[in-house]
Amino acid sequence: MHELTYEAPTSLGQAISMLAAVGENGRLLAGGTDLIIQMRAGVRQPGQVIDAKKIPELQTLSFDTQNGLRLGASLACCKIIEDATAQQQYPGLVEAAGLIGSDQVLARASVGGNVCNGSPAADTTPALIALSAVCHIAGPNGTRDVLVEDFVTAPGQTVLEPNELLVELRIPALQGKAADCYQRFIPRKEMDIAVVGVGSCVALDGDTCTAARIGLGAVAARPLFAKEAGDSLVGKPLNEETIAAAAKLAQQAASPIDDMRGTAEFRTHLVGVLTRRTLKEAAARARAR
Amino acid sequence: MKKIHVQMTLNGEETEFLCEPRQSLLEVLRDVVGYTGTKEGCLTGDCGACSVIMDGRPTDSCLVLGVEAEGKEITTVEGLADGDTLHPLQKKFLEHAALQCGICTPGFLVTSKALLDRNPNPTEHEIRYALAGNLCRCTGYDKIVRAVQDAASEMQGR
Repeated sequence: MHELTYEAPTSLGQAISMLAAVGENGRLLAGGTDLIIQMRAGVRQPGQVIDAKKIPELQTLSFDTQNGLRLGASLACCKIIEDATAQQQYPGLVEAAGLIGSDQVLARASVGGNVCNGSPAADTTPALIALSAVCHIAGPNGTRDVLVEDFVTAPGQTVLEPNELLVELRIPALQGKAADCYQRFIPRKEMDIAVVGVGSCVALDGDTCTAARIGLGAVAARPLFAKEAGDSLVGKPLNEETIAAAAKLAQQAASPIDDMRGTAEFRTHLVGVLTRRTLKEAAARARAR
Repeated sequence: MKKIHVQMTLNGEETEFLCEPRQSLLEVLRDVVGYTGTKEGCLTGDCGACSVIMDGRPTDSCLVLGVEAEGKEITTVEGLADGDTLHPLQKKFLEHAALQCGICTPGFLVTSKALLDRNPNPTEHEIRYALAGNLCRCTGYDKIVRAVQDAASEMQGR
């Protein structure tokens, strides 16, 4: 690995000053399960690594029905997937966070790091898109909020300026009969990168869908929000016909490529299958609330 | 590059070392502290050969910087036996022939210990899930799973 310096700020202010001082030569270190591999491979070569795990604001895990979930950007996935409130309120997000890797990886990897790494195939990003999550960002000029679907701009690239950091993900509370679900396809049972991942969230009033959001992973250069697909369900009952129509719209939103994990044609097929399955499962969970 | 002073608790003992920020915990354990039980495998967090227990969680030491160990409690395979008395997991791995070439074994042992510390009576499914981040190319896993089940039974006094 290349030579680097290491800093471990213990406050947000300190971290922002360090980022300002080091500029583009710095990189935040959360769980390190992507960054350390990238540094070893020479893909990223920051001169300074700034450990994000000792900043209290980035280790938050809090929920209330008004503000929803606040998820600190460097909090390890194991803490989220073991949290009873997260399991109960956002089962789809917990499913996605639990798929990131082995127990060894989940002990370190964070949802914030998964989003900031900017992979088109990140598991948590489609789940967060379905939940209308907001990225709360801090920098020298204060804070700003960016919708999670706008956060990743290209593979490995985000809207973060070199002097900014992701503080937390803010996930609105689901009201009434509403729930989420995340599923992905991989050619084995565990420990792989998504060929396609889909997150869905639906809200119901009786049999009528009042809101639906669908996030797609690994089918474009960045995670996608399939807005038309979700919107097509609003005001309608969720049945085979309406769900099939939404799945078709999700397929139209996707623009996958052929690669070692699957062909564009297969990925498009998977978007249809997983959109239908996640919508049905989210609806079943919503009805059970 | 300036070295950094780090203090950690290693297998129950206060341990300090100097390392460069670019060195992984795996490198530090093997090359600086001299505990070579922890093995280097893939260096990408896929194989689990370098597993250690850090603050109660199984962790790939190849994906931790040595400087991040400051203040942490680390258990390596050297910390399992009590003097000359093997840990029940070690004993059962031998009895069940749950190893052939042995390079993955320290990782399996510490990951299994982390599992049994949190869940003393795991189902076969839970064992297989907990060990999904450890790869073995020799045994086909069944013997490893049986050894962990047997060790759990013995530790439960059954």
